[in-house]
Amino acid sequence: MQITVNVNGTDYAREVEARLLLIHFLRDDLGLTGSHWGCDTSNCGACVVWLDETPVKSCTVLAAMADGRRVRTVEDLAMKGAGEGGMGRRAGGGTLDPVQQGFSECHGLQCGFCTPGMMLTARWLLDHNPDPTPDEIREALSGQICRCTGYENIVRSVLWASKHEASRREADR
Amino acid sequence: MKGKGELGRGAYGPVRRKEDARFIRGLGTFTDDIQLPGMLHGAILRSPLAHARIVSVDASAAEAHPRVKAVITGPMLERRGLAWMPTLSQDVQAVLATDKVRFQGQEVAFVVAEDRYSARDALELINVEYEPLPAVVDATTALDPGAPVIRDDRAGQPDNHIFDWEAGDRAATDAAFAAADVVVAQDMLYPRSHPAPLETCGAVADYDQVSGQLTIWTTSQAPHAHRTLYALVVGIPEHKIRIISPDIGGGFGNKVPIYPGYLCAVVGSMVTGSPVKWVEDRSENLMSTSFARDYHMHGEIAAAADGTILALRASVLADHGAFNGSAQPSKFPAGFFHIFTGSYDLRAAHCAVTGVYTNKAPGGVAYSCSFRITEAVYLVERMVDILAAELGMDPAELRMKNLLRPEQFPYTCPTGWEYDSGDYPRALQVAMDIADYPALRREQAEKRARGEHMGIGISFFTEGVGAGPRDQMDILGLGMADGADLRVHPTGTAVLSVSCQTQGQGHETTFAQIVAQELGLSPDDVEVVHGDTDRTPFGLGTYGSRSTPVSGAAAAVVARKVRERARIVAAAMLEVAPGDLEWAGRWQVRGDPEKARGIAEIAMAAHGALELPAGVEGHLDAETVYNPPSLTHPFGAYICVTDVDPGTGQVQIRRFIAVDDCGVRINPMIVEGQVHGGLADGVGMALMQVIAFDSSGNCLGGSFMDYLLPTTMECPSWELGATVTPSPHHPIGAKGVGESATVGSPPAIVNSVLDALRPFGVRHADMPLTPANVWSAIQGRPLRTDLAIP
Amino acid sequence: MQVPAYVEYEKATSVEHALTLLARYGPEARILAGGHSLIPMMKLRLVQPETLIDINGLAELAYVRVADGELQIGALTRHAQLLDSAVAGEHFAILHDAERVIADPVVRNWGTIGGSLCQADPSEDLSATFAALKATMVIRGPEGVRTVSAREFHTGPYETVVAPGELLTEIRMAIRPGGGSAYEKVGRRVGDWPVGAAAAAIWLDGDTIAGAGIGLTAVGARNFAAAEAEEFLRGASATEASFAEAGRIAAEHCRPSSDQRGPAEYKQHLARELTTRALRRARRRARPAAAGQDA
Repeated sequence: MQITVNVNGTDYAREVEARLLLIHFLRDDLGLTGSHWGCDTSNCGACVVWLDETPVKSCTVLAAMADGRRVRTVEDLAMKGAGEGGMGRRAGGGTLDPVQQGFSECHGLQCGFCTPGMMLTARWLLDHNPDPTPDEIREALSGQICRCTGYENIVRSVLWASKHEASRREADR
Repeated sequence: MKGKGELGRGAYGPVRRKEDARFIRGLGTFTDDIQLPGMLHGAILRSPLAHARIVSVDASAAEAHPRVKAVITGPMLERRGLAWMPTLSQDVQAVLATDKVRFQGQEVAFVVAEDRYSARDALELINVEYEPLPAVVDATTALDPGAPVIRDDRAGQPDNHIFDWEAGDRAATDAAFAAADVVVAQDMLYPRSHPAPLETCGAVADYDQVSGQLTIWTTSQAPHAHRTLYALVVGIPEHKIRIISPDIGGGFGNKVPIYPGYLCAVVGSMVTGSPVKWVEDRSENLMSTSFARDYHMHGEIAAAADGTILALRASVLADHGAFNGSAQPSKFPAGFFHIFTGSYDLRAAHCAVTGVYTNKAPGGVAYSCSFRITEAVYLVERMVDILAAELGMDPAELRMKNLLRPEQFPYTCPTGWEYDSGDYPRALQVAMDIADYPALRREQAEKRARGEHMGIGISFFTEGVGAGPRDQMDILGLGMADGADLRVHPTGTAVLSVSCQTQGQGHETTFAQIVAQELGLSPDDVEVVHGDTDRTPFGLGTYGSRSTPVSGAAAAVVARKVRERARIVAAAMLEVAPGDLEWAGRWQVRGDPEKARGIAEIAMAAHGALELPAGVEGHLDAETVYNPPSLTHPFGAYICVTDVDPGTGQVQIRRFIAVDDCGVRINPMIVEGQVHGGLADGVGMALMQVIAFDSSGNCLGGSFMDYLLPTTMECPSWELGATVTPSPHHPIGAKGVGESATVGSPPAIVNSVLDALRPFGVRHADMPLTPANVWSAIQGRPLRTDLAIP
Repeated sequence: MQVPAYVEYEKATSVEHALTLLARYGPEARILAGGHSLIPMMKLRLVQPETLIDINGLAELAYVRVADGELQIGALTRHAQLLDSAVAGEHFAILHDAERVIADPVVRNWGTIGGSLCQADPSEDLSATFAALKATMVIRGPEGVRTVSAREFHTGPYETVVAPGELLTEIRMAIRPGGGSAYEKVGRRVGDWPVGAAAAAIWLDGDTIAGAGIGLTAVGARNFAAAEAEEFLRGASATEASFAEAGRIAAEHCRPSSDQRGPAEYKQHLARELTTRALRRARRRARPAAAGQDA
């Protein structure tokens, strides 16, 4: 069947099987390997992307269900100048999102495998709750597993991003 | 130019990680990210039964699938001599089953297809006829007379016995027990669990039929060891084999062995002439790759009436699964378990370990166990707590009384380990101060009076990491020394090639810091190369917290070699004698420090036309192989505060205080991150993780729905402290730390929960302390956690 | 990661269209809503439908509203929407209690109320919740609309009364004065299925219990309800002693099985303990109706 999915601002029309999982469509068909998979049972959250501005576990969504919808992956987080496609390995230019900066500043990642999913949920959280408490951050990330960090630095990374954005808003006033 | 010739003012410190740049952009390269032209996909058909004879395998329907390129079966491998492969414990493991299947999930056939969905579909087209056999599931029955013999493939194997091993002085220990005022005994299980890194295991194998070159991208914590093993097993000359570990999404010991799937991918590539990718799914990872622990332990502790601990005794039944595939130095079938003497000044100790086969997946040494030190520390720290309860003594007081004193180091324990350095009482005091231990005990007393149940648990651990001296330690005959190469380019930046293999530990940063520190460079000017056997020297890889003790030492040693060579070049540049120079981040003339040269300038001169003394070669390169003289012994004191709801058995971890001593800390930020991660492991193992089986040998932990891992909600905000006792024999005084928290945290949590349950008279309950188990323990009937409830 | 078997796919453009497609493709077709119950089963190949009928575009089925003295929840409402709904939480705090402990925040973004109920897992949190609230399920089929009480909705593990050609469209529950409700769940970890859970709703008349609803899940309670305990509470005074006795009766009528989550004995205990705790909390939230006061 034919589907058209808007990924990181660009429409992609592809012929797919109905059973193709969205995570495989993104990774294998579009080459966006920044999103990962780590389980069979929708538990780990390594596959979290945005679907219509909402974090979802893309291993539990069919690519067909994304037809006509918008997907955002980690590759889109770094803010781009006008006209840049954001695809491919050399798309790493652009200004980092404060969430990405926070993860680097606060050692919120070790192996990096859970990190894209964590950052996308964190980005969504800050968009809706710009000043979350540590408990609110933990609650928002409670469906996503990290095996390396013990979560403390992930929480600190998100707090860093929220404070950084708050002072930017102050400065812009 | 930025960084060139800059004086290093201490490159150690919380430097931001260089590897983050790609990961935060989603630009890491993990094994499943690898796409090669014409690449095919493999899938494994696995046994649904724990123990069965294979009557027939009919793959014809699968072969007829339009998108299937090959189906490999046991008989096909047998014709190539590849149906069995050596394990890391001098046993063999089936690559694809031929005669029998011996655990649920064992590999039976391998399909190679054009895409992963077709490969999965084709599995259903393979018809296997099994004749079920009775399964051995309960390790405590494996040696019963008449128990089914699992390894009838081994000549002269009459039963399920693998090995007996012991350490310590049995007679002295018996004497100490006989003379003791108090003797306490306890059975305890360290249940089977699994490292479950977030990225599963896999390989992309590419065999070039023209050149005879085999290239394998794979999740390997030890790429050079894998290369040598493939050469021995597959028969391809080693110089034609290249192993590339790309980015690895967590290892934790799970990615040390070579798995059947990797070998099948290699054969698949040879048979089809195309690259073949095999990446396992999560159920395969949990059901067939290296599990961890599964030690049935009996501990005994002997003490004087005043609380002086005299001796320890332990006997262990080790469940190794269907093949003995545990990964530890070859002379130590029970790993380093005999460090169970712990952190105390004992008169004597003795342990005996018996290994058995069962119808379960192979493995045993994994999940940050430091070669069975997790099991050893759990045993001794639980025994100390049980002794404290028996004596009516505060567990902190009992420990403080018996901890080794700083003046006793280096200390040789009753089973032969030489602990290099430590100030144990100070570490425990620091932990108690952070926790405000007296206040916690007061709070506990008040709460108990109101019928509320809080617990305070302590754990003090000594590790032994950095395997190891080649005369004592080898894995399959390969010595555990690590190479390091360092080249300083003409323009003054450097490349360090190391043999160890990061899986998140931050080597690209910390190893750059080591070299930068030694050479007065910025870490930005040092590139760390690892993971590709074509570009790096030989070494035994990253596990057992050995990277800093061994490869880190190699990095320091090779940097010092470069520095010494630079001295000679600098002397030639300055026209002084080498002995007239002193190092202060650069080579400068003693008494005339303005006459100086930094490494960058020296590098250019070393590559240039400068005349060098006779016998001195040009360039500024060096290599080394570091053979550690001994292990390093990090240690720590942990305190855990829990609140237990006896009405439901639920446990909440309120606080966790962790004081670690890993010697000199190259990057404290990274060290803390390692500790945080290990503490979360403890929460998982203590409260929720177990790979359990039912009586038919069905694995009940085959998915993350039942093999539960801790989330943000179960982990508290960790409170860390540190002491620094440098290792006297390590070039920079550092010890390893990667596994410390995984070793030390489970007993702290278990001790805490049992402390909370003291009013109910609960003496012991096994991990995991699920709500059901805690409640059952309160009723006087703690659960047996490794087997399903009948 | 495991992947589903081959399947055909249709996208429904309206409820009518969905019913037409169901009729066309017969019993081997399955409705695809959030997919967070169905797709995991398909990946493990425990179910292998021939056709999926995607109803995610049917916005008319996603709502939480008060109408005709009822709280009405569209079957396509996402768990996150129900958790976020002020009007739902205002009338039935239990809905927020339960949603907060269902799966995890990301799964709740896409999984639906209707999907969870139609999956009919014997440990489903919402089954106990709606049983306690004595909710009514609205089912549409080729012949029109019919209603079934929540307590008759499930016919067995993974089985409901929704016939192959039918679609669950709404769950509704009457809003009555003096009500308070609560959910108590024990899991091995956050996000886990319950080892045992109790849902309680009581309506007070002064200090007397005018009506009570008790739902239980994962403990082998008939129809996810504790009818005998409810009977006991009707007309009783809202005291600790009543709640304790109700818990005892509720547990008596459960038949839990031992499994990896815990032994039967423990689950039986949970049925009792959690029923009592849920009633206690429901009582604290209840405001007794006084004469002339609005619901």
